Amino acid sequence: MGVPSGHKLHEQDRCDDAAATAFGRERMREAFQQMSKIRRFEERAAREYASGHISGFCHLYIGQEAVAVGALAATKAGDHVITAYRDHGHALIRGCTPRNTMAELMGKVTGNARGRGGSMHMFAAEQGFHGGHGIVGAHIPLATGMGFASKYQGKDDVTLCFFGEGALNQGAFYESLNLASLWKLPVIYVVENNNYAMGTALERASAVTDLYKKAEGFAMEGVLLDGMDVAKTWQVVDQAVARARTESRPTFIEARCYRFRGHSMSDPAKYRTNQEVEAFKQVDPIALCRQSLITAGWATEDELERWDEEASEAATDASTFARESPAPRLEDVGLYVYKDPMGWTPDEATFPHRRD
Amino acid sequence: MPVITMREALNQALDEEMARDPKVFLMGEEVGEYQGAYKVSQGLLQKFGAQRVVDTPITELSFAGVGVGAAMIGLRPVIEMMTFNFCILALDQIFNGAAKLRLMSGGQYHIPIVFRGPNGPAHMLSAQHSTATENWFCNVPGLKVVSPSTPADAKGLLKAAIRDDDPVIFLESELMYANTGEVPDPAAGDFVIPLGKADVKRVGKDVTILCWSKAVFHALGAAAELAKDGIEAEVVDLRTLRPLDVETIYRSVRKTHRVVTVEEGSPYAGIGAELAYRIQHDLFDELDAPVVRVTALDVPMPYAENLENLVLPTPRDVAAAARAVLYRS
Ligand SMILES: Cc1ncc(C[n+]2csc(CCOP(=O)(O)OP(=O)(O)O)c2C)c(N)n1
Repeated sequence: MGVPSGHKLHEQDRCDDAAATAFGRERMREAFQQMSKIRRFEERAAREYASGHISGFCHLYIGQEAVAVGALAATKAGDHVITAYRDHGHALIRGCTPRNTMAELMGKVTGNARGRGGSMHMFAAEQGFHGGHGIVGAHIPLATGMGFASKYQGKDDVTLCFFGEGALNQGAFYESLNLASLWKLPVIYVVENNNYAMGTALERASAVTDLYKKAEGFAMEGVLLDGMDVAKTWQVVDQAVARARTESRPTFIEARCYRFRGHSMSDPAKYRTNQEVEAFKQVDPIALCRQSLITAGWATEDELERWDEEASEAATDASTFARESPAPRLEDVGLYVYKDPMGWTPDEATFPHRRD
Repeated sequence: MPVITMREALNQALDEEMARDPKVFLMGEEVGEYQGAYKVSQGLLQKFGAQRVVDTPITELSFAGVGVGAAMIGLRPVIEMMTFNFCILALDQIFNGAAKLRLMSGGQYHIPIVFRGPNGPAHMLSAQHSTATENWFCNVPGLKVVSPSTPADAKGLLKAAIRDDDPVIFLESELMYANTGEVPDPAAGDFVIPLGKADVKRVGKDVTILCWSKAVFHALGAAAELAKDGIEAEVVDLRTLRPLDVETIYRSVRKTHRVVTVEEGSPYAGIGAELAYRIQHDLFDELDAPVVRVTALDVPMPYAENLENLVLPTPRDVAAAARAVLYRS
């Protein structure tokens, strides 16, 4: 059926039953709402991009929602979360709102980074969401440093670090996992293996395609999971979080998942077949979650419809808010470069830029 | 006032700041058990323990990033680069991380981190171990760049750098660690020199020599030689290269009307180029001669002693440049 090597399709029409039972009714209902929130938000963002309200590089999370939602369900306030540029989903679950996320996409001053970051750089520092990073692999050392800082201060906070499988070929990954294992840092590294780094399929980039096995090389626990299954994702990450919190030991998790859209808004995805995409859409993480809720009698069709509608409404509201928000003021171009600029100005020694 | 080495002055600064603030820690290759590749961290492991004096594997990229990540959530790391030649592997973490996270987050982060270690050519190490990196860092908004020339400046500025809430690149010199100088007794109180302030190391009225780090000694050597001919050179030690103390520089230029810049880096897009641009733009009518810069020759550093001597600027070159801007040969 054209499924990439290593990626096995989820075998039933719902989440793993044992994992779902452990996850429980309330969390499963919450997960459905969170995944819907991300899905509808991303669809809205795609439309805003098409209509020219959003520019730049914009990478959608559609298809991968179960990874962020399941994993973040295992965290508590005070924990740290950091990811790469495909960050809208993580942001929306961890401290950013649809409004300030859409506003950030549109480069508005009401954005979560005041219009300075854009799609790839969302932040909610106070809620422990530390970006949104645009250099492939480069935030993995940052996560390692956060684990170091938590341990240094004797706190039991853990750090969750997400990245695509493309980042696994960067030196930053190898250096960081070695340090985390050597120093016993409370960091959980989650590779969201959607099988493609832009147009490069995993087997064209990595000599080892069972990525979780790389953990062995760092004397670290390595776990494989089905990243289309939100309950399973929670369950595995929850165990890793416990290990990090109580024993200060890192874990490397491979979540096999799939992105339904192109790499970014400009990608027609010619490097894979429609058949393959359709096969994965049959195991849409939101559909699996929905079916678990129905099967267990944890939610009614009416509730599911209502939640989905609420997600769409939140996305529409975010668009309206963002479109109506002001852009940053030109005179503020020098803000946030230094805390104490000591006489520095952004246009010192250059011919003054036009302000009109 | 006690006379101590630059190495001891830096060690005092680290010691005092670590004692003052438990958030400050030192991390790098060989900083602990080995006591520092150049012995700057001597004794700190014994005093503060392995949790705060952290030996790393040889992984510049990741321990620089570990520092930035720790700074993002509240610590104040001092990251030692064994030399800045190796810091090239960590530039992504510094340029794309430390320098940009405050802006990209709309001001949600302070990155109070110091990257420090020896910079620039030493003696007969060939090209890969002789890089002067200051102009690279100065080109990056979001970074502050400091490069002291005396033990007192080194101590006072390193303490200020550690207390600063922005990332600071602190450039020392292998050949200066054993230099001695007066440094106020620690018992006499906290000795901090604010960043962003140049220091006139020799007062003069005929020509301004702008310099920092080792080049300050080339400038002072030149000034002594020039004095024999009745030329009084003013030696301005920039100390902080970004942000620049334009006020002190311009005050001197308004007095002397003639300028020489000295650096051990390559000429192309060097710091001297920036200084010359600003001075000609802002003080065009004050100048009695074009600004002249003295730099290394534009080649990767060769090993052979005679070639290395040829590539690097000397006091004689600086004196010649001063005579040139005075139209005296
Ligand atoms: C260091 C670096 N090199 C190249 C790029 C350009 N780039 C952006 S995304 C990408 C593919 C990364 O794929 P992956 O890590 O699998 O993440 P995914 O897009 O699948 O989420 C590349 C090559 C970059 N941003 N950073």
